[in-house]
Amino acid sequence: MAFQRNRATQPRLQALGLPMTLLCVILGAALLAPWASDWGLQDIDWEAIQAPPSSSHWFGTDMVGRDLFTRTMAGARTSILVALIATSISLLIGILWGATAGYAGGRIDLLMMRVVDLLYGLPFILIVILLVVLFGRQPYLLFASLGAIFWLDTARIVRGQALRLRQADFVQAARCQGYRHTYIIVHHLLPNMRGPLLVCTTLTLPAIMLAESFISFLGLGIAEPNTSWGTLIADGTQSMEAAPWMLFFPGTLLIGCIWCCNTVGDRLQNQVSEGSHSLGKSHLRTPTR
Amino acid sequence: MMMAVTLLAIITLVFGMLRLAPGGPFDGERDLPPEIEANLKAAYHLDEPIVSQYFRYLGNLIQGDLGPSFRHQDFRVNELIAAGLPTSALLGTLSLLLALSLGLSLGVFGGMNPGSTLDNALMGFANLSIAAPTIITAPLMVLVFSIFLSWFPAGGDGGLMHYILPSMALALPFAGAIARLVRAGVIECRLEPYIVTARAKGLPERRIVYRHILPIAILPVLSFLGPMAAALLTGSIVIEQVFDLPGIGRYFVQAALNRDYTLVMGMVLVYSTLIVLFNFLVDLAYAWLDPRLKGA
Repeated sequence: MAFQRNRATQPRLQALGLPMTLLCVILGAALLAPWASDWGLQDIDWEAIQAPPSSSHWFGTDMVGRDLFTRTMAGARTSILVALIATSISLLIGILWGATAGYAGGRIDLLMMRVVDLLYGLPFILIVILLVVLFGRQPYLLFASLGAIFWLDTARIVRGQALRLRQADFVQAARCQGYRHTYIIVHHLLPNMRGPLLVCTTLTLPAIMLAESFISFLGLGIAEPNTSWGTLIADGTQSMEAAPWMLFFPGTLLIGCIWCCNTVGDRLQNQVSEGSHSLGKSHLRTPTR
Repeated sequence: MMMAVTLLAIITLVFGMLRLAPGGPFDGERDLPPEIEANLKAAYHLDEPIVSQYFRYLGNLIQGDLGPSFRHQDFRVNELIAAGLPTSALLGTLSLLLALSLGLSLGVFGGMNPGSTLDNALMGFANLSIAAPTIITAPLMVLVFSIFLSWFPAGGDGGLMHYILPSMALALPFAGAIARLVRAGVIECRLEPYIVTARAKGLPERRIVYRHILPIAILPVLSFLGPMAAALLTGSIVIEQVFDLPGIGRYFVQAALNRDYTLVMGMVLVYSTLIVLFNFLVDLAYAWLDPRLKGA
């Protein structure tokens, strides 16, 4: 058994390597960029307005002569940060909701999951757009609203796990010993669904990244003086005929990042569902665009 | 029943959000004299308490009236939506069909020969198309197919040719997602006993795929169609902007910026109704494809 298992997981671990490495490279470059580049975020090179990539401007410059490498990496930091914060929020809501429903079971479960079903049917990106338009482009609003709409998948998965685990002997034992429900959920249920939670995280991250770029593209997300991949891509499309590099670099990085996250998520999902058949046929991926 | 509850929920949510937000439809660059503003507000019933505005809106809605647009003077929201809906509907339908046909064929070709070079290439393409957001692919398509190759018009409305690029751009990520789902489904049921039986009694391969494999392999796609319909609709906001199509998507952001309460409500309502209806149809299709679910 051990031998078989080993053989089954070996190639997947290797395959995890490439996207993981790419992700680390992008992240590392984004974090180290301020020291690698001679140009500041708003520095204008009057000698090189909309210049193609060269040795002094690795990614070229934009229409007012700002260094695109610096800006793309700053955009990377923003986009990744937004994705991380919003994902944490969505995980938090999803775990709370799903674990409560699954652990409580019965009528509470039915009611809470009905709410999730109902919310699935709503055009949520529209609500985020509305929120951002109506209440101004504050970053924290963007984090919160993105996080608040991507928790449904997490809630469903966590609920399924909790439903399965609450019958387990060690949970029953803890209950007999009189531990409080919150204690049991935090100390017995959650640690036992680390795998599925990891999968949720890796598949929520790219979805939120997509949504953020979508909203920034419409001119509603991250605003000057800050920048994000979506904002840069929007600028890039404006001048893609004259300066295709303005679309190419942020675009490639965004696609690469999402591809890596998706691939890592898929492999993890395969491994996790192989272990416990727990994720079942629930398909996490719902592209948002 | 569920449909009505969902719609009522979203009406209430959006109505509340719009009224709680700072700013109103008549905040122009120039301050209006107070008497005129009061008259305007009275004309649109904005001076009433929120609760009675809400019930007035619901009452009109039941009679099919979405109210007057606050910004597009002399236009009812019904008229604005009726003007844009055919364009958006055509774009959405074309994309849906394209995503389904492309995704199904890619998925079946891949799934029937798992692990082959063809399969790897197809799945690589599918994964890439899922990762590539329309905000990048749509402008890229314009650049390549309209500007460099001049095969298709770059934008505007006029004939089917204007819809090919937009619906391609909109459909691509969904085609990729569908291909993956179908492939997984095909691989799962490809070696089931009833398929082996079908093959053993000498059915042609084509019939096995169409009659025996596809109805089962397509089930996961069905549950994906609901969220996909929602995403298609929101995606069309960007697509209509990039390709300059006169659909309803282009109104949305502008209407929200203008605080055009009734127009925003009308659009959210149209979108939600479409999504809810679509989910209902998907449920029906489920029962039709898999008779075991009929009781549930």
